[in-house]
Amino acid sequence: MTTQIGPGESGPPRPPVPPTIGEPSPPRVNYLNVAYGVKSWLLTTDHKRIALLYLAGVTLMFFLGGSFAVLIRLELVTPAGDLVQSETYNKLFTMHGIIMVFFFLIPSIPAVLGNFLIPLMIGARDLAFPRLNLASWYIYMLGAVFTIYTLVSGGVDTGWTFYTPYSTTYSNTHVIAAGLGIFITGFSSILTGLNFIVTIHRMRAPGLTWFRLPLFVWTHYATSLIMVLGTPVIAITLLTVVLERALHLGIYDPRLGGDPVLFQHLFWFYSHPAVYIMILPAMGVISEVVTCFSRKRIFGYTAVAIASLAIAVIGFLVWGHHMFISGQSTYAGLVFSFLSFLVAIPSAIKVFNWTATLYKGSVSYDTPMLYAIGFIGLFTIGGLTGIFLAALGLDVHVTDTYFVVAHFHYIMVGGAIMGYLGGIHFWWPKITGRLYPEMWARVAAVIVFAGFNLTFFPQFILGYLGMPRRYHAYPEEFQVLNVMSSAGASILGLGYLLPMVYLVWSMRYGPRASANPWQAKGLEWQAASPPITENFERQPVVTEEAYAYAPEEEARVV
Amino acid sequence: MGADLPLFPVQASSMAGRVDALYLFLILISVFFGLLIAVLVVSFAVRFRRRSPDERPRPVHESAALELAWTLVPLGIVMVVFLWGADLFFAMARVPPSPMEVYVVGKRWMWKTQHLTGQREINELHVPVGMPVKLTLTSEDVIHSFFVPAFRMKKDVVPGRYVTTWFQATRSGTYHLFCAEYCGTKHSGMIGTVTVMEPAAFQAWLAGGATGTSLAAAGEKLFQDLACVTCHRADSEGRGPRLEGVFGHPVTLASGERVTADEGYIRESIVNPAAKVVAGYQPVMPTYQGLVNEEGLMQLVAYIQSLGGPATAGPGAAPASPAPTPALASPAASPRPKGQRR
Repeated sequence: MTTQIGPGESGPPRPPVPPTIGEPSPPRVNYLNVAYGVKSWLLTTDHKRIALLYLAGVTLMFFLGGSFAVLIRLELVTPAGDLVQSETYNKLFTMHGIIMVFFFLIPSIPAVLGNFLIPLMIGARDLAFPRLNLASWYIYMLGAVFTIYTLVSGGVDTGWTFYTPYSTTYSNTHVIAAGLGIFITGFSSILTGLNFIVTIHRMRAPGLTWFRLPLFVWTHYATSLIMVLGTPVIAITLLTVVLERALHLGIYDPRLGGDPVLFQHLFWFYSHPAVYIMILPAMGVISEVVTCFSRKRIFGYTAVAIASLAIAVIGFLVWGHHMFISGQSTYAGLVFSFLSFLVAIPSAIKVFNWTATLYKGSVSYDTPMLYAIGFIGLFTIGGLTGIFLAALGLDVHVTDTYFVVAHFHYIMVGGAIMGYLGGIHFWWPKITGRLYPEMWARVAAVIVFAGFNLTFFPQFILGYLGMPRRYHAYPEEFQVLNVMSSAGASILGLGYLLPMVYLVWSMRYGPRASANPWQAKGLEWQAASPPITENFERQPVVTEEAYAYAPEEEARVV
Repeated sequence: MGADLPLFPVQASSMAGRVDALYLFLILISVFFGLLIAVLVVSFAVRFRRRSPDERPRPVHESAALELAWTLVPLGIVMVVFLWGADLFFAMARVPPSPMEVYVVGKRWMWKTQHLTGQREINELHVPVGMPVKLTLTSEDVIHSFFVPAFRMKKDVVPGRYVTTWFQATRSGTYHLFCAEYCGTKHSGMIGTVTVMEPAAFQAWLAGGATGTSLAAAGEKLFQDLACVTCHRADSEGRGPRLEGVFGHPVTLASGERVTADEGYIRESIVNPAAKVVAGYQPVMPTYQGLVNEEGLMQLVAYIQSLGGPATAGPGAAPASPAPTPALASPAASPRPKGQRR
């Protein structure tokens, strides 16, 4: 892209520069060293610093949620429930789900990478509402405090789905505190989404038209729509659970005149689109990484951009596929099944387009690309097994079994977390100004991929054999597959700990990164690494489409 | 623990093979597309690997035809899967004529099953091979789910309403019964067995476990004990409507609406009588919620069903006493010990 920025970095067309890895940026003031002290962080309105505050928050919650997964997998090594009591086990999977879904997966890519990158990618100085951005982090942390209070005061055992009337009438655990934690965090999600929508509409650099936007921005736009339109529904739903539980208003419990299935409609009306809040931003990361490391414009830019919006819109109409056997009408099941198959198509289009982007590219195997290739593989398996679950007659057998558990982990862990890790590595030089150790990072990426498959693939078989989810003890014939899964989880855990170690190490000891260590396109790579507080010395002006990797004389042919 | 690692559960119902066929078809589709993507990604990544750090590949012309193809071909395939899955789902929803009826109550953390002939079981269900079995299910407390993997059958059991499902066992043996909807502390202990028996053995089991009181007779006793009979009199002179011949027939409500007096309507009229009052009667009936549990409600429903309804009803339409015997083949065959296990 053509930009007018600081001396020494401008000037299209740039001749191919020799690898700049390790070449130090000129020492100068950047957003990290502009001020020191706790106050300069906790009162910052710089989107980049807020992104790092979020990074600290979601990393803490990830390892908290992950520690519960460790205990769950340890318990399931043996068929008998012998490590922890049933009540404890139920609290473990509930807290694992609540923390991972609401406090890690939903905020991870948007609030960390999106927050950091969207202003940089569109050539803006900050988000449209910097103070609202800081407020959203505080709201997130307040929700996290409620959740941690729930944990230390004894936990909650309803499952992250809070199904009624168990949650409203029968559970003797801290449902209200857990519900309020999610209720509060929802507002941080809404504010982030609102901020992104306004920023993308109003603050694009001159020349940066909608169809020149990086696909990362498109997916965050689609995600923000879901956040703003969907989150209020889960807020209301959880509030009604609190009301029924505290005041015995008859909303869901049939003994009070309520309808328990109504809760499922309301819950999934948000919580299915929430899956797209988790996966769409990861798809955005993959589009950036695949283009950079094959040095090609993405194949079918328009199709991929529109597919994001299609997923966001159709995603709002498929919630009933969680309820095929819940007692909803057979014909409602028919409609929801049909719409669920439709939402598979835009996802398939994206996978084919990423694959085609590699064709006749210049493919390198740097760590972000390894995560991207891993993402494509795991997301494909996750998506294809979604077809199994959308097929009405087959869903009857596999719903509420480990098949579903495996399916959504392939999407959320194999998809969203692979995307998140790929993105963290890709933009690490930009965020910290340092390079991470490439060899260790490749090893970690391979370990994550192998450990993930060993953990979750056996669960597809377990599910088809009939092992129900959320079982503390299970019949002996399921043990072999459970042991495989637990063994895989220990490898996966190692794969997640490694980046934690070498990324922290690199912040102090890693070689300094140049402004554009990957020779990537995109405005964020034209800012310094790390960027100055104002992002750009001068207002960038865009004259090209996104991903203009082709040589200048060829670019006009496209 | 056996050394063998099965990939499929036993097929023991008329639906199992049909579900597995769709499953296998989808595995084929998945393997094809999974391998296609994997082979393309890996081969492109190897063949077009970066050979020099400054390499700038030439652009590839985009192809609308290609994009249309990978939109429409998957769309066509998923539409086939949609229709196949829907067909199966509707077959699962249609109860065949003249099934054997069983009432099931889920309760934290056990399954209680009642046969029309009066046998009651906990965490067990005995059924004959080769005969459709219709289950009418409800829950005493939270949502449970009745799941028999060998039958590829699962149904959420929702409190406050009746749901029905059915299966036809095709193979004798003992199979897992799981609760598949999380229901609290001992969710994973809410398990049991379904024992499928040869018809003769089942007859013997029925005879061995007979209590002498059919479900309808138990309901008749409740009907007397709860003093329902003082208002719902057989001579049409009571304050409540006469219940003979009502079951399965449409009734006209005070609102003018017409509803069918099925199991769900009768249950609702006992626990929430004011909800759908029959035309011509005052809403004077008190609620019986809390006075009679879900099993008792099912007995009352069975009693009212026994008072007559459409002739098409199955064994449930038989009179309250003596205990009816489901029409089964070869009653003379030798009995087997009941409750045989794998």
